[in-house]
Amino acid sequence: MSKLEDVIRAIGLRKKYGERTVLDIETVSVGPGEILACLGPSGAGKSVLLRILNLLEAPTAGRILFEGGEVQGLRGKEMVAVSRRMAMLFQDPLLFSTTVRNNVAYGLKVRKVPASEREGRVASALEMVRLSGFEEKHVSTLSGGEAQRVALARALVVEPELLLLDEPFASLDRLNRTALQGEVKRILKENGLCAIFVTHDQEGAGRIGDRIVILDQGRIVQEGAAGDVFHRPSSEFAALFVGMENLYKGVVTGSDNGLTRVEVQGKFLESTCEAGNGERVTAGLRPEDVTLVPPEQIEAPASSRNAFKGRVVGVELAGPTARVTALCPFPVVALITRRSLEDMGIAEGKMVGLRFKATAVHIIANKWGKVL
Amino acid sequence: MSFDPEFYRVLFLSLAVSGTAALIGAAIGIPIGVALSEFSFRGRNAALTMVHAFMGLPPVVVGLFTFLVIARSGPLGFLELVYTPTAMVIVQVILATPIVAGFTHASMRGVDPRLGLQAMSLGATRLQAVLVKMREARAGLVAALIAGLGRVLAEVGAVMIVGGNIKGYTRVLTTDIVLQTRQGQYEYAIAEGLVLILVAVLVNAMLTRLQADKGREEVEKRVTGYPA
Repeated sequence: MSKLEDVIRAIGLRKKYGERTVLDIETVSVGPGEILACLGPSGAGKSVLLRILNLLEAPTAGRILFEGGEVQGLRGKEMVAVSRRMAMLFQDPLLFSTTVRNNVAYGLKVRKVPASEREGRVASALEMVRLSGFEEKHVSTLSGGEAQRVALARALVVEPELLLLDEPFASLDRLNRTALQGEVKRILKENGLCAIFVTHDQEGAGRIGDRIVILDQGRIVQEGAAGDVFHRPSSEFAALFVGMENLYKGVVTGSDNGLTRVEVQGKFLESTCEAGNGERVTAGLRPEDVTLVPPEQIEAPASSRNAFKGRVVGVELAGPTARVTALCPFPVVALITRRSLEDMGIAEGKMVGLRFKATAVHIIANKWGKVL
Repeated sequence: MSFDPEFYRVLFLSLAVSGTAALIGAAIGIPIGVALSEFSFRGRNAALTMVHAFMGLPPVVVGLFTFLVIARSGPLGFLELVYTPTAMVIVQVILATPIVAGFTHASMRGVDPRLGLQAMSLGATRLQAVLVKMREARAGLVAALIAGLGRVLAEVGAVMIVGGNIKGYTRVLTTDIVLQTRQGQYEYAIAEGLVLILVAVLVNAMLTRLQADKGREEVEKRVTGYPA
């Protein structure tokens, strides 16, 4: 993608608070109509990145190009003019304590949009977030979900070329969060807007983002399409962060028919990923990809691929799902429904069979490479 | 009991001097308080400490120093301000300003700082963002004005020194109460005291209406189920 096509591009962005470097990014950009999800744990520097891109905070070093135009060196009114082409949504709605109308109209007011035009634009922004007729309500009477919708309308009403979303749905319940994330995606796509969405929630990032970057301690550790990042993480950190909980250190002992064998604690995992013979690797497996079966269905000795017997050492119930940990002898975490847990009579101390496809085993190459 | 025309003159001067002083104090004190809370500059902490210390200045002492400055033989004696209502306004402005500034600073500090960032991310300039925060802090700003007015309306020592309690010219309710009490006119003094309290209540009732917050009232109504 050429530089001219980017809506925003940051190059060599660094931010230091005293001696501590909180952000160190080579380059990050968003193209027209693209939604970039920025995934990372708390303290990874996600919010700082957004504040810097929104020109609310100056970077220690680096350049920002907005639609090809250099932002550094702008002052006062020129700076405000650029920042007025974006809008940001924070984790909390941060509504002004007045009516919904005054809140949504705020960005128009500071842009000196005539009052006659404001009314119509406020109404259509509220319609976009499905809050038509809420104009006269005072914001203190809104529910959490409604308040965040008003905040969204308040950002959308100024027709920003770039929308910055700083975990705006984190405090909502699951149902509201999912619904609002879906609506935001729909609104962005319908209007051809581009956005950067930062979050620590992989589900949300996958739901909204066209492209995902994973941020850790201020650095981008992986970048790619949503599917790639979840199934082919490039490091152990990225793997753990996207929910690939089962990670095993092992050595590649050979490959045939396009399957790579990785020896892990005397057992063999087979993967469709490629790796060189003798290489030390980490094999990763998502708990959702493990199937539990009665132990007698696993032949002994296990000739079929990726089939193991193990003793259950932990069962953790979380709502409708259950996380089962079995030792085979390395620990494997499987995520199954609560119902199948009950149907199969799985409990601590019992034996269980485990199966997973070779396509589910992801190989992360380790930096130190081959064993000599 | 009825009051003579002199009484109404005294009452009017009380309101005029203290009202003017409170408004000027607000005009100076609110920007100072906002600047102390919203902008960082060299010596901000020292300035804040000064403001807080001056909130408790003893009025008589302020009166004394102001008197020394504006007295005929003082450095500003040529202005001929001593024993005039103007001098009384000046001394009360000195008393009211730190109170207003201190209360303003405290109430601005109570506003979520992210609200300013949010306003700026919606296109506000730095100044417009500060105005948003002032709007959020409006109840506190009215409280600052009330506190400033209360301080000067009730004050006696400073106006006594720089005003001189001259009948028909610089006599206000508080100084007259002192005089009447000394002369044994207790009934008159008590009546004046009650009027002073009544005035304070009425003025504050008016100011308190400015603090009304529709949103909060609506929420309270929902919480209790009954109108407040």
